[in-house]
Amino acid sequence: MNTTIMLFLVQDGITNGAIYALLGLALVLVFAVTRVILIPQGEFVTYGALTYASLSAGQFPGTARLALAMGIVAFGFDIYVARKSLRRRLVGRAIIVNIALPAIVFALTYALVGHPSGIAVNIALSLAIVAMIGLFLYRIAFQPIAHTSVLVLLIASVGCHLAMQGFGLLFFGAEGQRGPALSNAAFTLGPLRFTGQSIAVYVVTAAFIVGLWLFFGFTLTGKALRATAVNRLGARLVGIRTTLAGQLAFLMAALIGAVSGILIVPITTLYYDTGFLIGLKGFVAAIIGGLVSYPLTAVAALVVGIVEAFSSFYASDFKEVIVFTLILPVLVLRSLAQPAVEEEKD
Amino acid sequence: MNGHTNPRTAALLSVSDVHVAYGKVEAVRAVSLDVADNEIVTIVGANGAGKSTLLNAIMGILPLKGTAAFAGQDIAPLDIEDRVAAGLSLVPEHRELFATMNVEDNLQLGAFRIAKSKAAAAFERVYHLFPRLKERRKQLAGTLSGGEQQMLAMGRALMGTPKLLMLDEPSLGLAPIIVADIFRIIGELRANGVSVLLVEQNARAALEIADRAYVMELGEFILSGPAREIAANARVAASYLGFQHEGASGI
Repeated sequence: MNTTIMLFLVQDGITNGAIYALLGLALVLVFAVTRVILIPQGEFVTYGALTYASLSAGQFPGTARLALAMGIVAFGFDIYVARKSLRRRLVGRAIIVNIALPAIVFALTYALVGHPSGIAVNIALSLAIVAMIGLFLYRIAFQPIAHTSVLVLLIASVGCHLAMQGFGLLFFGAEGQRGPALSNAAFTLGPLRFTGQSIAVYVVTAAFIVGLWLFFGFTLTGKALRATAVNRLGARLVGIRTTLAGQLAFLMAALIGAVSGILIVPITTLYYDTGFLIGLKGFVAAIIGGLVSYPLTAVAALVVGIVEAFSSFYASDFKEVIVFTLILPVLVLRSLAQPAVEEEKD
Repeated sequence: MNGHTNPRTAALLSVSDVHVAYGKVEAVRAVSLDVADNEIVTIVGANGAGKSTLLNAIMGILPLKGTAAFAGQDIAPLDIEDRVAAGLSLVPEHRELFATMNVEDNLQLGAFRIAKSKAAAAFERVYHLFPRLKERRKQLAGTLSGGEQQMLAMGRALMGTPKLLMLDEPSLGLAPIIVADIFRIIGELRANGVSVLLVEQNARAALEIADRAYVMELGEFILSGPAREIAANARVAASYLGFQHEGASGI
């Protein structure tokens, strides 16, 4: 192997690894706050990517309809739960968040589709649609069972993944799609060629990591999310609503997933079920980070990306096998380091 | 026996005929209790009498049957978070601190439900009551000593400027010198306009600072009245103050 090929592979690996890092961070965030292992993370990637691709192709994305429908169901849930003490503020919030917001986004999408609108508008609409789907997904599927065990939450999570993948097939068909690149600029540095898209991947990933660090370290809302992750009862006793924390965590995860999807859809063709595999690689990174450590997850994601790049060069048939086999030594090491199985507290 | 020494209208917290059950087992039966403004009330009783269960039910952690009003508002339909916003606060037996966050962040989160403009004054009050917390403000809560953790738990609760602070076994597992400190501070809370409902196995210390007391046995109140009278009661002295047989006072 010569140096040029190696540099190529490392570059490729880092670009993919950056995406896995984003997804891994989202998984850690959601697990810490809600104890949900977010299998549908990959669907957020698919939805983000294909909504963006559809809008760019001048088609109306089915996800906008799904967001509106889920909002109406979430509204029904909110009103049913609060039926005994319907206060005006509560109903007002339910109407704004569950009905008005998705309706506005739906109307905007409907009005703008078909017109040659800019990349920025398409990205904003895609992010808004997927973020709302994430929020409503928590409200509908997880909030009612938030007190149950990790296992029950995991089963619900698998169910959501299957349902959302089915909807993905319905909305986007079995054909793969690609979206337009954020920038067509490119430059060469030695033997390496950097496209504007790969630079965007690095910049956005770095910005998200710094942004998350600032959010969790310095804002009251970020600290409240961390507090919920550290001690659920303690958080409730200072008046932090765990339901709102859960909704916020899901909204952020959906947003991160959609951003990842929009970043990669100009690089690779995405199918309705591609997101799952991408999400799983983020999951490998999150597992290596023990589902708690953000820095470890980010580093592990880069390793996953690089290992994947090298194995696709040397043994492309075994690419996925090699990547997922990475989990085994990690699990063995972790179980050796922590022989006692911690029983669940609640 | 459910004697109310205070008129019901003046009560800040008023619960009556409360039952709390774990499944089919009733841990608290037909209990009524009042706490007035600026009053320190204690519930004494042996381990397992149902004291903590009662506090948890008043806070909304456990469901209760019966009526519960706080500051003139029926709190039965409210969840924990809304009770906090109404001015009710609980320092639970296990403290439930945010162990991997520092002292300052723990306190800041205690002020989650009050206006940002009021948080600075709350910080000052809490640091004045617990100078130790100010010294340790950058230290992780999980690395504090037991006494400091209890102070932090109380400080965090006080950051929300509650009208009523409920304390569940604040002296549990602490060295006697720190226990004295904690009880001195509980006594000082009244000057800050905070009422206190105190659950303690250390009946002697609790009865010394309390205005009124309830004695709980097997899920029911068997005695209530001014703290001094309760302390002088022969049966209480025998069972909880350790005059005849030791071990019951729980230290």
